[in-house]
Amino acid sequence: MIKFNLFVLPFSLGLIYIIASIFRHYYRWIKTLPAVDKIKLSAGMRSPSKVMDSLKEIILESLIHRKLWKKNPLLGYMHMSFALGWFLLIVVGNLESRIYHGSHFNAPYYPIFLKFFIHDRLVLFFEVFSVPAFFRFIMDFLLLFVLSGLILAIIKRRRSKWFGLNRTTGHNLFDRMVLTCLWLIFPMRLLAESLTAGYFGGGGGFLTQNLGTLLVNILPFPAENTAYFFWWSYSVVLGLFFVMMPNSRYMHIPSELLLIVFRHCGIQPKKWDSSYTALETYSCSRCGVCLDACQLNFAAGIQKIQAVYFIRDQRDQFVPEDITLTCMVCGRCQEICPVGIHVDSVRLIKRRELSSGQVSDFSFISNRHPGYAEVVYFAGCMSHLTPSVPRAMEGILKKAGVDYLFLDRNGSICCGRPLMLAGKDKQANELLEFNKNLIRQTRARLLVTSCPICYKVFREEYNLPIRIQHHSQFLLDLVKNGKIALQSQHRKIVYHDPCDLGRGGNIYSAPRELLGKISDIVGCEHENGDALCCGGSLGLFRTSLSKRDEITKNALSSLLARHPDLLVTACPLCKKTFLRHSPVPVMDLAEMIYDSIPGNHGKQLKPAPLRQDPVSVMS
Amino acid sequence: MLDFGYTISIDRQIDLDRGDMRYIEFVKAIDPSLDICIGCGSCTATCTAGNFTDFNIRRLHTSIRRGDTKSLKQEIRKCMFCGKCQLVCPRGVNLRNVILSLNQAIERLG
Repeated sequence: MIKFNLFVLPFSLGLIYIIASIFRHYYRWIKTLPAVDKIKLSAGMRSPSKVMDSLKEIILESLIHRKLWKKNPLLGYMHMSFALGWFLLIVVGNLESRIYHGSHFNAPYYPIFLKFFIHDRLVLFFEVFSVPAFFRFIMDFLLLFVLSGLILAIIKRRRSKWFGLNRTTGHNLFDRMVLTCLWLIFPMRLLAESLTAGYFGGGGGFLTQNLGTLLVNILPFPAENTAYFFWWSYSVVLGLFFVMMPNSRYMHIPSELLLIVFRHCGIQPKKWDSSYTALETYSCSRCGVCLDACQLNFAAGIQKIQAVYFIRDQRDQFVPEDITLTCMVCGRCQEICPVGIHVDSVRLIKRRELSSGQVSDFSFISNRHPGYAEVVYFAGCMSHLTPSVPRAMEGILKKAGVDYLFLDRNGSICCGRPLMLAGKDKQANELLEFNKNLIRQTRARLLVTSCPICYKVFREEYNLPIRIQHHSQFLLDLVKNGKIALQSQHRKIVYHDPCDLGRGGNIYSAPRELLGKISDIVGCEHENGDALCCGGSLGLFRTSLSKRDEITKNALSSLLARHPDLLVTACPLCKKTFLRHSPVPVMDLAEMIYDSIPGNHGKQLKPAPLRQDPVSVMS
Repeated sequence: MLDFGYTISIDRQIDLDRGDMRYIEFVKAIDPSLDICIGCGSCTATCTAGNFTDFNIRRLHTSIRRGDTKSLKQEIRKCMFCGKCQLVCPRGVNLRNVILSLNQAIERLG
């Protein structure tokens, strides 16, 4: 016999709606994938190892929330109790309902509202190890588990610092309504089950039975009607939650599962607004972990532009221009995002849309043969503003006897990355082609650059047939091959990881290994993947210099906390930016190395002669 | 041409009432930092595009301030956004944003 009561309808209708909605979204995301990605997806789904890897990540990240545990145990526990607790409640509830099976058809609402339909007698003390008692214990335990998370979630609204969050996301009204429904689900379940167990004098576990007996005794209302009211409330909040979920941030729950599968199948983010981008924006849970990572927030006091808000606006298909253009693209939020959303690439997609109607004209670039050499050295625009860096590099290259060519000695054509950061990829490609051609003509086997910005774009966009090294790697190779000998200066230094070299190029150890040979490195609070941006970022458009200065000063105070004699970096832009405010000297890695070659210490490098008459600016 | 012993110069008088001020207003609304420019020309001196052509951001700024936007569209296309100008600016004008805004102004105002 199928058990039914009218109050199951809100839940059941909500469930039908949410399942239909999830399938509709899944279908759309998969259908609009490019053909090559569809092949990757179907191949991935047939590969047992990829399916297992996806499952493993889903369990670790979507249920246990490992990354949040690492960030803060309390935050991790809170999310785990909701996700894992609710998941197990559904699974164990389903198993439990099978014992009391009245028919072959197990209606979806039946396990959810089981205690309404089944009124078991009180468990006697010698029956504690029976199957029904075991299930009752587990179900009550899981409910308590979820409720403990709920209490933490309420505390988190007031005391987010206890959870390792200085700021939490400011949710809009709709999200707050859905949140209220979610929070109400479990107390309603507790009250409904407890009152039923209390009224019938049995059927509950350690939590619901005792609470129920107590409530029945103290409540002035008839217990049966009160219980029925709470069963209705439980069903209504569940139904409401399901109906609102597809348009709320909680859509991240089903979306993230598909995103994890996509990622394990090898599907990459695209340069245009694709279904991968849409899936990523839906997968954002708006947890707000990115808020504390953003220097614009904690150093410059600029709010509402951070990844969480940007992704939310992107999902709503309306991103204000200022939000798109106010970002250093430093990658700190991306590094810390527990879902692994490529925030920077989504932001660049938006910038591309913004700049799509703009035109450039680089026809003035004329091609001349650069000459031949084994190694091409490309200083980059920024290095021309810190001429001591290319000078030191030339000094080292000569000392090591390398057959090299200084490709942009007489002024450079930009590598293209600054244009890309402005969303002008089409225009950047013109520069790319020009530089590629120039580099190809040299017949070199190695391209060395002093600028991490150039390094990133050379590696990711140029598709050059030769090796590409940042000067930190190149100099380390020279030292390892015995081409240059170094003499330690025994200076106390701190090393600053440039964004595009560290997070952008994954080079952390080479500069440290090199500097370790010639100086004593002191650490700092934010290092490696967590390194701060100097504030000079070329990705930032809509922010005044005074705000940039605040970011620079904040980064400096963190870097210089352990009182080093010298601040060393490996990026001309970082050097130039820090120089404005640093109380200690700022040096590039190349200068340090040049200075440590025996006989060079303290020697000033002569500036190269001007190649032309000074440019007239007054015409 | 007959030589009469004198030439007639093109009228160099600037009539601010007839100038096209839409561009400068558009940019200033987005980035007010343009107003603190002292016209020193450091940006122009360091400019990569200026090294290869007569692209002159200082002159361009002066022109659009006077409402003369004839050469703006052709000239601004040469910028490579490398940002050296912004780094050498002694006043802290947010130059890359200014150029981006000029691009937007051209796109939107025609």
